Amino acid sequence: MHRILKGLALAALTTAISATALAQDAPKPGGEIVVTYQNDVATLDPAIGYDWQNWSMIKSLFDGLMDYEPGTTNLVPDLAESYDISDDGLTYTFHLRHGVKFHNGREMTAADVKYSLERTVNPRTQSPGAGFFSSIVGFDEESNGDATTLSGITTPDEHTVQITLSAPDATFLHVMALNFASVVPKEAVEKWGRDFGKHPVGTGAFKLKEWALGQHLTFVKNDDYYRDGIPYLDQIDFEIGQEPNVALLRLQRGEVDIAGDGIPPAQFLQFKNDPEFQKLMVVGDQLHTGYVTLNVTIPPLDNVKVRQAINMAINKDRIVRVINGRATPANQPLPPAMPGYDEDYQGYPYDPEKAKALLEEAGFKDGFDTELYVMNTDPQPRIAQAIQQDLVAIGIRAQIKSLAQANVIAAGGDKDQAPMIWSGGMAWIADFPDPSNFWGPILGCEGAVPGGWNWAWYCNEKLDAEADAANAMVKPEQQEARAERWGEIFTTAMDDAPWVPIFNEQRYTVHSARMGGEDALYVDPVHVPVNYDYIWVK
Amino acid sequence: MAWYVAKRLFSAALILLGVTFITYLLLFLIPADPARQIAGRSATAEVVANIRHQLGLDLPFYEQYLRYLGNLLQGDLGRSYVQRSPVSDLMAARIGPSLQLMAAGIGFELLIGITLGIVAAIKRNSALDRLLMAFSFVGVSSPHFIAAMLALYFFAVKLDWFPLGGYGGIEHLLLPAITLGILGSGWYSRMVRSSMIDVLHQDFIRTARAKGLTRIRVLLRHVLPNAIVPVIPMIGIDIGIFMSGLVVVESVFGWPGIGQLAWQAIQQVDIPIIVGVTTLSAIAIVLGNLVADLAVLFVDPRIDVRHA
Repeated sequence: MHRILKGLALAALTTAISATALAQDAPKPGGEIVVTYQNDVATLDPAIGYDWQNWSMIKSLFDGLMDYEPGTTNLVPDLAESYDISDDGLTYTFHLRHGVKFHNGREMTAADVKYSLERTVNPRTQSPGAGFFSSIVGFDEESNGDATTLSGITTPDEHTVQITLSAPDATFLHVMALNFASVVPKEAVEKWGRDFGKHPVGTGAFKLKEWALGQHLTFVKNDDYYRDGIPYLDQIDFEIGQEPNVALLRLQRGEVDIAGDGIPPAQFLQFKNDPEFQKLMVVGDQLHTGYVTLNVTIPPLDNVKVRQAINMAINKDRIVRVINGRATPANQPLPPAMPGYDEDYQGYPYDPEKAKALLEEAGFKDGFDTELYVMNTDPQPRIAQAIQQDLVAIGIRAQIKSLAQANVIAAGGDKDQAPMIWSGGMAWIADFPDPSNFWGPILGCEGAVPGGWNWAWYCNEKLDAEADAANAMVKPEQQEARAERWGEIFTTAMDDAPWVPIFNEQRYTVHSARMGGEDALYVDPVHVPVNYDYIWVK
Repeated sequence: MAWYVAKRLFSAALILLGVTFITYLLLFLIPADPARQIAGRSATAEVVANIRHQLGLDLPFYEQYLRYLGNLLQGDLGRSYVQRSPVSDLMAARIGPSLQLMAAGIGFELLIGITLGIVAAIKRNSALDRLLMAFSFVGVSSPHFIAAMLALYFFAVKLDWFPLGGYGGIEHLLLPAITLGILGSGWYSRMVRSSMIDVLHQDFIRTARAKGLTRIRVLLRHVLPNAIVPVIPMIGIDIGIFMSGLVVVESVFGWPGIGQLAWQAIQQVDIPIIVGVTTLSAIAIVLGNLVADLAVLFVDPRIDVRHA
């Protein structure tokens, strides 16, 4: 009897525990959190903000026609309720949601969508995202200053927007999900002029309540947000000017909920091995590849065998160890989280013997002298040294040129200057989860221009034509075939070895124990770094 | 006197002109291209050219510089390339906290420096003297970043006497101010010590002692006022040194001042802010020296500017 009672009590206890566990998994509305950053928030103007700090803040204040499912890269309609694509893939018709209100209380209409896109493209706005909209009819005219509107955008009625493209573009829906395509109210933009970025008015889940320059920003819940129950949090305080190490100490004390700048490289191992901290750390993939560009126009790197030899000479596992395992080794330009990534592709193996043989075949038995450009902040020079040692092992003597970021970028954009560049600290992080974004600017002919980002100066017209063909596949049912086609473009390019793909960096976010919500929200691939709309306090 | 001040003001203006010129020239020579930075990665060549034209970056150097000077005279420091806000707004928001920390920091430097200097001079050549001078030497040679981190770790994390950085009341101000005070006090303690020793050997001190004054009275009434004179122009010089420490200490303690703004701007090659902060620092240093030099005239009537 006694034993049975005990058993029953135990069972009751277990149920109670699992019930609380379940309750803890359900999002709870309310609560205020503190997020810290070291640098000032540059701007909250969606046409201008373009860094990893303000990117998700802007996403929480504004909405565009399209967005992604929280924590994923799956495209879904946002301010558009639905959309149709014409058979030729040139005309997109968006049907807007009814009753969506700006923070100033006015209802959002089709005219606002048209105005917002035209504002981003207008050269007077100086938007870094203007180029994304180049496929819209009328882009060139507005870009040159001949027009102030985009003739390709029409508004048949208050809740319908029709956009005509000059060529089919499978990435167009992704472009509509970029911050640069956020919908802004004309009257607020005109009221604040160039200071709109300090007084943002959008339709998003949060609104800006207060901004004390250099000190803090306060976001409060938008009670009129069109999604019921979202956001969960009542308020977010962004404290600015916090040194990342200090932010982590404060997080340990419970004064901070999210350390926005993550873990400084020097502290990484210490935190990773601390059991207390492991519970607070979230690891996620990002759409990033770190690579060494091999300038295909500078001898002897113009010889494909030399480039292949370099690909086989570099020990990527060791480089990953140099950065304390914050990445996974890469064998192709696309990161694993990107559609089109080829899991079966083997790439060039690490094989110094074979590399030496290839060099000899190319006529460089005694190796040669060259230069490796690198950005001068830790850990980049250390990674460059590891590469330098690997190259010496096959006879290539690379001198390291360690410069400030802007100078490395300038050197890469000059055809005859940099034979090799380690991309660390400047590497391409995709603007949207589509493989085309990893081609044109950094491996296609369009980027191989003075001041461009194709630092390998690789220009393969055949592959460029393939890329155009893949981008013309706009139908939803073609998407799988399209991704596969893209994957092939990248692996074919690797036959020419314009790059040495080194690793795919991972992202770490640290949050306090009281924060709830799936891990994916804290390393959201699109709402970088954290999706503030869906996280909650336990 | 008026002539002296006018002369000093004129040379101050020349110095400021020189500072703006050199800063502007250096930043002009940096290969970073602001127009490209603003235009972003996806920009076409036309977009970049357009922005360059809007910012006047396609003009020759002297024209850009003259334009900048013209705007500066009207109080317009331009707009930040990264934040796109007027530089004057960004600096205005941060100048108050910086002045607060600076006043408190220099206050602690003087308090600690002068006290230690006096003690060391009285106990000169003793073990205590050597210890204090070693302390001041370590203080002035410590890297600000590490010292500030250590202070934060011991006094805020371990002992929990102070909040972990941030801006607010007096409790937030004390730790960074004391850190700056300890680090910078060495200059003053060494100077006070040697000048005290000089004064202690003077005849009038012996006379004062001989007429029966107490040790304390001699020290406070006769030695200190004479020994303190060289400290005053030192404060003027110190402002420049102090500001360089401020950049680092503000960053570590999360103090929303001018130094933190400069630190960020340098990393982002945000030229209008860098030029703005440099100009402001130059003004502070020039003004500080001017005020210190004028203050000496009042403290020590023996100094005669007519023959200077």
